Amino acid sequence: MPDDDQTSMAHETAPPYVPAQPLTLRINGLEHQLMVEPRVSLLDALRERLHLTGTKKGCDRGQCGACTVLVDGQRINSCLTLAVMHDGREITTVEGLGSEAQPHPMQQAFMDCDGFQCGYCTPGQVCSAVALLDEIKQRQASALTEGEQLEPGALSEDEIRERMSGNLCRCGAYPNIVKAIHSVVLRQA
Amino acid sequence: MQSISYERARDVNHAIELARQPGAKFIGGGTNLLDLYKSGIEKPVRLVDVSRLSLRDIDELPNGGLRIGAMASNTALATHPLVRQRYRVLSEALLNGATTQLRNMATVGGNLLQRTRCYYFTDPAFSHCNKRDPGSGCDAIDGHNRIHAILGASQHCIATHPSDMAVALAALDAIVHLQGPDGERQVPLIDFHRLPEDHPEIDTVIRPGELITAVELPLTPFAQNSHYVKVRDRASYAFALVSVAVAVDLDGGKVRDLRIALGGVAHKPWRAGDAESVLRGQAPTEELLARAGAAAVAGARGYAHNAFKIELAQRAVVRALQTVIGKGGQA
Repeated sequence: MPDDDQTSMAHETAPPYVPAQPLTLRINGLEHQLMVEPRVSLLDALRERLHLTGTKKGCDRGQCGACTVLVDGQRINSCLTLAVMHDGREITTVEGLGSEAQPHPMQQAFMDCDGFQCGYCTPGQVCSAVALLDEIKQRQASALTEGEQLEPGALSEDEIRERMSGNLCRCGAYPNIVKAIHSVVLRQA
Repeated sequence: MQSISYERARDVNHAIELARQPGAKFIGGGTNLLDLYKSGIEKPVRLVDVSRLSLRDIDELPNGGLRIGAMASNTALATHPLVRQRYRVLSEALLNGATTQLRNMATVGGNLLQRTRCYYFTDPAFSHCNKRDPGSGCDAIDGHNRIHAILGASQHCIATHPSDMAVALAALDAIVHLQGPDGERQVPLIDFHRLPEDHPEIDTVIRPGELITAVELPLTPFAQNSHYVKVRDRASYAFALVSVAVAVDLDGGKVRDLRIALGGVAHKPWRAGDAESVLRGQAPTEELLARAGAAAVAGARGYAHNAFKIELAQRAVVRALQTVIGKGGQA
């Protein structure tokens, strides 16, 4: 096989070090100024620079969902995006959803339904589920939705499982996670 | 993880200018690029952020087709009312891929350019991968190859293309719009990805410095009646073992025109032209559907662990066709 490919051979020597740059991120309604290298993920910036450790690092590859945060209201994996890409965006982490005194209804439902064991995946599960509520309000279709849009009030447990497939729970608390989310959906319907 | 510099492109021309620098790579959603960067498989020196370019619109064209901006998210495309109504197979394919979190980030352009999920490619612990390190060999051919190609593979690579979206686009006669240092050009989706042959390190016909700006769907009589079947090891968030996109224009009891494309079986979305020929102009019967299924995998070759895909692909073709033809009121 010819070995004349340029793409794989082009960067055998390490590229020059790119120092940290100033960045402003808007997180949970507050502006944060920080210094980050461009290669730093949003997840690492939240945890290591800003000490917002509610957002968890599980796989660091977008497979487990423990790092789920909301950006402009949409849930994303904060491990697979760079912090520098998010200036001017509204970032919401689990710390921004509620407080210990006044938890978000989804957080309360996870407690009421026993929707966790070890709790490591829980911030990601909760952030994901909060975004799911908004997606339902917008009647966003999933792979299981038959019609053009989701019918109001038609969110089955199977739909919840499909829509939450990006959040893994190694303890296997899925039945109660689904119950918790369903209870909030039914109350808000 | 090596150091990288970052620049945000102001517009398409600026993006193309920035991409002329050595080691530059565009970043859109970043979901696949950063995953591979963390493994040391992708080694960008400069990232050119194209995610905020004004390429997010999804517009109906005067001729009845659809123009999809390359930076439209997979979620935006999948849930767009016109796509749900007129290009059902595309919405179904997108929603059956990845997770909500990933679809919210992933762009249409990035989806087309994602790399294979062959584990010998994605795990640098394996030393032989012609896609990662040209000339090093292929650990998959004699390794665990349950997820690998049955069509169009070469002695150098049996990886599959992982996109669901691209399979639907192959069945919709989609056209990829590109802009680069030498200007603009258009490539039919079905010619955009390449077979591995003796250069498996090259996935597509995109040229250095070129940016995908849009994907165009022409108005076709078959897109309206279309469907995506995906067979995988778990019900959600898994790549296809085999997938099928079908789009059928029924005229009374007969198939006037149709498209059949397969995913999970080759290095590119696999248009099954021979299978289409079996049914074009015919009144579909169970026997004809089975013959179409067989034609779809003509020339297929199984390896130690993936030969089951040859039968599975045929059945998936029949299932997908039955679903759309049943909807059309025949057979």
